[in-house]
Amino acid sequence: MWEYTDKVKEHFLNPRNVGEVENPDGIAEVGSIACGDALKLSFKLDDNKRIKDVKFKTFGCASAIATSSALTEMVKGMTLEEAMKVTNQDIAAYLGGLPQEKMHCSVMGKQALEKAIENYKGGPPTAPAAQIICECFGVTEREIERAVRENNLSTVEEVTNYTKAGGGCGGCHDAIRQIIERVRAEAAPVVRPKLSNIQKIRMIEETIEREIRPSLKQDGGDIELVDVIGNRVLVATRGTCATCKAADITLKHFVELKLRDFVSPELVIEEVTT
Amino acid sequence: MKTIYLDNNATTQVAEEVLDAMLPYFRDLYGNPSSMHSFGGQVGRKIREAREQAAALIGAQPEEIIFTSCGTESDNAAIRSALTAHPDRRHILTSRVEHPAVKSLCAHLSRQGYRITELPVDKDGILDMAQYERALTPDTAIVSLMWANNETGVLFPVEKAAELATERGILFHTDAVQAVGKIPINMKANAIDMLSISGHKLHAPKGIGILYVRKGTKFSPFLIGGHQEKERRGGTENTPSIIGLGKACELAAGNMDTENRMVLLLRDKLEAEILARIPNSRVNGTRLYRLPNTTNISFEFVEGEAILLLMDDYGICASSGSACTSGSLQPSHVLRAMGVPFTMAHGSIRFSLSIYNTEEEIHFVIEKLPSIIERLRSISPYWTLGDQACSVQ
Repeated sequence: MWEYTDKVKEHFLNPRNVGEVENPDGIAEVGSIACGDALKLSFKLDDNKRIKDVKFKTFGCASAIATSSALTEMVKGMTLEEAMKVTNQDIAAYLGGLPQEKMHCSVMGKQALEKAIENYKGGPPTAPAAQIICECFGVTEREIERAVRENNLSTVEEVTNYTKAGGGCGGCHDAIRQIIERVRAEAAPVVRPKLSNIQKIRMIEETIEREIRPSLKQDGGDIELVDVIGNRVLVATRGTCATCKAADITLKHFVELKLRDFVSPELVIEEVTT
Repeated sequence: MKTIYLDNNATTQVAEEVLDAMLPYFRDLYGNPSSMHSFGGQVGRKIREAREQAAALIGAQPEEIIFTSCGTESDNAAIRSALTAHPDRRHILTSRVEHPAVKSLCAHLSRQGYRITELPVDKDGILDMAQYERALTPDTAIVSLMWANNETGVLFPVEKAAELATERGILFHTDAVQAVGKIPINMKANAIDMLSISGHKLHAPKGIGILYVRKGTKFSPFLIGGHQEKERRGGTENTPSIIGLGKACELAAGNMDTENRMVLLLRDKLEAEILARIPNSRVNGTRLYRLPNTTNISFEFVEGEAILLLMDDYGICASSGSACTSGSLQPSHVLRAMGVPFTMAHGSIRFSLSIYNTEEEIHFVIEKLPSIIERLRSISPYWTLGDQACSVQ
């Protein structure tokens, strides 16, 4: 049985905004019955160009229904520019998280939202002739690239969890591996995706483990992540760092710089005693 | 909330009588049946009795019964033993709808250089026997075909298939974990060489199984160790579970008629009422050759996991062949092999009954299910009222 949060269960049992908006300004359908989930989203704007009404119809599992419901609640009242900034991570975070294998449900929500907004703007629905990588689920190269970039994915399994690509016959695993390598080799993007808290903490932990701890350990020191509150990163010093007078300088000029470099430029390091 | 358990092909409730038979062998009678002292010896006698009870259920001789840890071990032991017995043969014949215990093992063996033929089934889940016969080759080391399908309950004509294999000097194994205890089986009247049984599918506990090996069949053990099970399966016996399984076999033999009258009646009622009350629903698998306790029903335009969770809210337990329940992204390999359309496969629910189900429970399900399906259909973009017969691209 899946470990769903109470919020996922609640949205599944009592989905908000089910249906179709009459005379919608924007409408989109993503997914298909063959894939096992599909979402039809429609919205209407008010005079201030804010989303006044938004409704969904979803074929799919509990988390597909819950993410659709959550998405409509989140974007109601937003301008289209604001709505475009909602990421699949935000949708998952709104629900208190989703099982890894169900992250593709949040991606489907994000895709439907974008497509509906594109539909309103009258533009072509997607980039022309996007190349299909996963034939089983009809996932394009562009979708995979994006999931890898925005969610910092590094394995085929993760890509499958987020996009479904590679979850069928497995024939595209090599192609997916190549996309992962290519995207991860790209220079860090200038515009960073908005990170969810969980994602931020995970990236901070990874950076400490990979980039920071080895250097400190050379001098017999260490740090431990205590908490992350907004952009404040609370750490405790361990080993020789705990008694070293230069530790402050190390924290500010080494640890903070590394974290800003690899995670987010707004991070501030604070030392706490535990 | 009362639990209405209609998931007996997944596992079953341990029968009261079985539990009672087992309990003394946990606490007081913990002796090792191999010991020389009478304290252990009395346990040995109970195991002998259990072996006789198990043999009686399937018309076998006691020495043809090997106790194992589960159905999966039995399947592994049977297939690997056949390959060892015929090192010159490199072909395994099986079907596309086998349980993972056989299917994954064959996939594994194929990576080691064995040639695997997975026979297809038709839309009703039925094998083409002419095709089966053509697939038997002098290189075939073993045929492994399930007796009853765990998802649909469809029965394969394994007795006929075993005959055809035996005529050609090919070993025949059947995974009968879903069949034993539900339909009459008589090993004296067929040519099957090896047969797998799982305790927890017939009201014995989990962690105990049987491999039947016909007398005279060359057998090479899977677990090598002590002299237990006549050196065909090493490891100290799981004495309470073996004794429990013996009791469960005795009960199953006595309940066979009830299973085939009462359980069948309840299943048919459940199935007929669901089909009558819920439009765009259909049964997967032939209704002609099927276990008495199983029905697999698809509800078009809705997804199985969502159905299961809403049923769960009423305490109703069942299973689904939908992709979302398995963790994989594709619907069940059984339904796909049968060519069940995607609109139906994702919304499939398996109900599997036991002798412990009551008419009242079945009524409750019949009463609750239509509104559950209706509710999900009202959310589904593919379901349009007044256009119920439409089919989707």
